[in-house]
Amino acid sequence: MKAMAYRGPYKVRVEEKARPRIEHPNDAVIRVTLAAICGSDLHLYHGLMPDTRIGHTFGHEFIGVVDEVGSSVQNLTVGDRVMVPFNIYCGTCWFCSRGLSSNCHNVNPNATAVGGIYGYSHTTGGYDGGQSQFVRVPFADVGPSKIPDWMSDEDAVLLTDMTATGYFGAQLADVVEGDTVVVLGAGPVGLVAARSAWLMGAGRVIVVDHLDERLERARTWALAETLNFTHVDDVVLEMKKQTDFLGADSVIDCVGAEADGNLTQHLTGAKLKLQGGSPVALNWAIDGVRKGGTVSVIGAYGPVPNAVKFGDAMNKGLTLRMNQAPVKRQWPRLFEHVKAGHLRPSELVTHRFPLEHIAEAYHVFSSKLDGCIKPLVIPDAA
Amino acid sequence: MSADQRAGGPATPHVAHKRRPAPTAEELRARIPGWGADLDPADRPSFPRLVWQDGRSGAHWDYPAEQPGGQRRERSVEHAQLTPVFGTAQPLHGVSGAVRRLAYSRYSEGRLAHWLLLMAGDRVDAWGAHARSVLSGRPDQPLTETGVVGEVTHHGLASRRRGNRTDARHHLLDPLVVAGPWVAAAAGAVLGVRALVRTARS
Repeated sequence: MKAMAYRGPYKVRVEEKARPRIEHPNDAVIRVTLAAICGSDLHLYHGLMPDTRIGHTFGHEFIGVVDEVGSSVQNLTVGDRVMVPFNIYCGTCWFCSRGLSSNCHNVNPNATAVGGIYGYSHTTGGYDGGQSQFVRVPFADVGPSKIPDWMSDEDAVLLTDMTATGYFGAQLADVVEGDTVVVLGAGPVGLVAARSAWLMGAGRVIVVDHLDERLERARTWALAETLNFTHVDDVVLEMKKQTDFLGADSVIDCVGAEADGNLTQHLTGAKLKLQGGSPVALNWAIDGVRKGGTVSVIGAYGPVPNAVKFGDAMNKGLTLRMNQAPVKRQWPRLFEHVKAGHLRPSELVTHRFPLEHIAEAYHVFSSKLDGCIKPLVIPDAA
Repeated sequence: MSADQRAGGPATPHVAHKRRPAPTAEELRARIPGWGADLDPADRPSFPRLVWQDGRSGAHWDYPAEQPGGQRRERSVEHAQLTPVFGTAQPLHGVSGAVRRLAYSRYSEGRLAHWLLLMAGDRVDAWGAHARSVLSGRPDQPLTETGVVGEVTHHGLASRRRGNRTDARHHLLDPLVVAGPWVAAAAGAVLGVRALVRTARS
């Protein structure tokens, strides 16, 4: 089969690999029909995630058709059209039993600090991902769901991470009616978080970025006010001015490890890898939120320390909430929102690449060329 | 703050209520489709956080069957045992595998050495893979594998010039990150060969 393969920082290619096989009685093998590249895949692509091995296949946003099931699988049959959450989880460990399925303890031997994720290095368990023609799906009775007949492939694939994560980020912000919510980052997750903040009753939503085409989407798709941080000297001060010097009630960091806006932080964090990523957005969130406010973090960071302004967070009495999204827990409500038209994730797709052009896809997305916001990968485009 | 700026009275944080109240629910519902659909915090999917899950998400085991073949599988020392399911995508091998195995067997995730060794293993793995690709007769192709053709097919220059992109300041670094190790390796090889030749001649 053909699969994307990592060849070192900034280098990927398509390789011929062996089709995955059933390795556990509750495994399934899925024939991938559509995949996406996530902004967090770029952290791997840029060499930021420890234990990213040569030959690894990325991709934690994918849907497909069940091609084979293990002997204990009860809930899926061959031929089912399924969507697969990016979390791999068992459903019964201490954490899964209490709803923390994104923190499952039974799927990732390489680390206890993070659960299992498809195609996201060996630090998240060493599972090849879905930018491929086939993928192994562990715990097939737990994670995947059959795609409702009415749902499009593009909406379904974007519910496996992007939409669920953005929606989850808005929940972590503890929005109450009338709140002012600032969203840092107008990428796909940030746009969904902004749109979701309205669903939760926000009175104002302000999206911060430096890319005009993304800010335009924030205005037209997320119906938010926008702030281009390159147009002001001091974005934290601007956030204060725009909130009558109170600060936002909550700030959602949808940027993570490769934040721009401070060259020193970017170079030491994202380029030289002396930190677990560049904490620019996180520091802006801490300084831009009001005292007693909430900072929601769904941008991904690496496991080594960051230069974070923790003293400000303590002195301001902030609540910091964060996690990888437990995706499937969001789905019933998100299905309602998609069906009702409150969230239409497929409208954020800007580019579609055949798997054979995967290197070009990564370069275009990474360099934010051509207004690229959300690229999809089509395994069998020929 | 000047008197002019305070013309409308003290700013919000100096008084008990926001001086610019949010629009009313009716205004927001008229403007934002779906506004307030998840207004009740108690009726959001991820609230409350830690609560017993009776549904068990389709699992039909108390503890899952154990995946075979885990005898040599590396694991964090913070795990009491090997997890019952694990990835088998790229098993440890060679020098990079030894470095990574040391990271896993010796240091917990709380130690910086754990992560620095894993990152060192990544670099060794990459160098080894490049060397093997050369020896195999199918060398890595930086031009195709970096996808730089996207600069032509997707308006690279125009995209970078559009607006006021702050990341343009470090775009020149990206090729250095990619090509730097190759240039350094080539320079090292040249210097090494020169040293050998001089030694042989002397």
